Amino acid sequence: MLSEIAFYGALETGLIYGLVAFGIYLSFRVLDFPDLTVDGSFPLGAAVAAVLILQGWNPWLATGCAALAGMAAGAVTAILNVKLNILNLLASILTMIALYSINLRIMGVPNIALLSEETVLTPWYDMGMEFHQVPVLLFLIVVVVSLILLWRFMKSETGLAMRATGANARMARAQGIATGGMVILGVALSNGLVGLAGALFAQSQGAADVTMGVGVIVIGLASLIGGEAVLTPSTVLRALIACVIGAIMYRLAIAFALNADALGLRAQDLNLITAVLVTLAIVLPGVRTNLTNRFTRNKA
Amino acid sequence: MAKKTLRTLIGASLLAAASFVQAEDTRVVAITQIVEHPALDAVHEGVKDELAERGYVVGENLRLMHESAQGNSAIASQIARKFVGESPDVIVAIATPSAQTVAAAARNIPVVFSAVTDPLAAKLVKSWEAPGANITGVSDMLPIEQHIDMLQRIMPDAKRIGTVYNPGEANAAALIKLLEERLAARDMQLVKGAATKTSEVLGAARSLVGKVDAIYLTTDNTVISAAEAVISVGERSKIPVFAADTATVERGAVAALGFNYYNHGRQTGAMVVRVLEGASTADMPVETMEELDLFVNPEAGERMGITLSEDLIQDAKEIVKSGK
Repeated sequence: MLSEIAFYGALETGLIYGLVAFGIYLSFRVLDFPDLTVDGSFPLGAAVAAVLILQGWNPWLATGCAALAGMAAGAVTAILNVKLNILNLLASILTMIALYSINLRIMGVPNIALLSEETVLTPWYDMGMEFHQVPVLLFLIVVVVSLILLWRFMKSETGLAMRATGANARMARAQGIATGGMVILGVALSNGLVGLAGALFAQSQGAADVTMGVGVIVIGLASLIGGEAVLTPSTVLRALIACVIGAIMYRLAIAFALNADALGLRAQDLNLITAVLVTLAIVLPGVRTNLTNRFTRNKA
Repeated sequence: MAKKTLRTLIGASLLAAASFVQAEDTRVVAITQIVEHPALDAVHEGVKDELAERGYVVGENLRLMHESAQGNSAIASQIARKFVGESPDVIVAIATPSAQTVAAAARNIPVVFSAVTDPLAAKLVKSWEAPGANITGVSDMLPIEQHIDMLQRIMPDAKRIGTVYNPGEANAAALIKLLEERLAARDMQLVKGAATKTSEVLGAARSLVGKVDAIYLTTDNTVISAAEAVISVGERSKIPVFAADTATVERGAVAALGFNYYNHGRQTGAMVVRVLEGASTADMPVETMEELDLFVNPEAGERMGITLSEDLIQDAKEIVKSGK
């Protein structure tokens, strides 16, 4: 069974990965752009935030810069694809591996500790809440604000143009939409959200580490697909809410797996379980038919 | 509907927290480890064996929890929360990332870290002598001075020392910085070859040929996984290769003055016992490894173009015969 602290811990990590799932929703779903940059932009956000906080910057300002750095990384991927005509998947892999070196350059060392630094969380600890509830509340606010902004953006003219670009690029171009620009903007936004998540994660974990990005894409994708299986994403709002629900569900599943000694499950089995869950969600007919269309090879 | 489920879930978890009662005389120790890896697994074994030897037996008067995060920092954080939620008597954190996540989550529970090279830089403790809070432990900082002494004893004329390291590994980067300073103090020079993954180790080792008199390898996980690549370069180019861990001597390095991680775990276990018996982590200085063993491999020396002196071989705790 779950202890209270483990439960809040799952919520906290789930909310942060909810931001990652927003980003992946933007690239994979809205733009139909398989983007692996996130494995690099997550630690990039952490690195930028950690370095700026160590230099005495306001932690919120540092977090904002982390999101901007993430956007820049995403823009690079999209430009490689749009302007240089490199296959989208390959472009994102190129940026991802480049970011490993860049993150090391930014940090100077592979691990920056933030344990005794002033972070976005510090002022909240004095407000009389339980220690483990603080990050949940704060991250909930960040996620809700991001969700509303994203939802509003998707309904704006630019947002609609971006959705049209993903749905049918040729048609969108015929309507006078600069599809290349839309892809760059969308992938940049997506990675900005992931950079924001990385910055918040480093601050709640007490350290930024270059290895933090391992598997972010898979977990984000698992969250996205899991959420869509629970809440049919018939509208943008529902799709965004599904992202958050999926991310929290994934984290709760891990928390239960950590506690389910009786079932014989252990943390080390999680990678396998994730792979199985994602595969099932994609393959099982009737879960979501259009998932199949997106993730398996076209029959034609 | 969803609201109801959520409420039930919260209720159930609160109930579970409340009903979690320890048997009167059973002590609880929780071990979190960032990844499975021979050295870190050996630490875990060492802790377990030391506890058993000191009379803390699993199933009788000890409940031992152990989880590995498989290298994933988000899971490491959830493991830390799980352990803190169950409030064990001591949390043992193996390696820097695990120790940091536990430090971020645990406020009052004593934490003993292990296999952390520089706890000061990782902000786990305020100072080596007086950690000052709920965290202390054993550092695997290498006795660099003794290693350079050994190297100079075998090769008195060596001035340019080469090394291969992974700039992405926190522990390795800390060691390289220290090594560079200590070598400079003795008028020696460090030549570095960087390898971010095991497949790059061979190339990095080759880049040292012609620029160095000897090669010294730290306990860098990436490089040690591919130590054979460095050793083969050493043999072909007649550059003696020295190591910081004794296991690498068995794989063909000339000599090492090292400790093994099993003993490191035993020392960690001894600290855990002291905490279980009431000592305060705030006043327990961070420990480093006490026992060092000299391992030599004379045949590997011949292959790399040097002959080890008789008295050095006399001093060795173990003489490795073949090794290739």
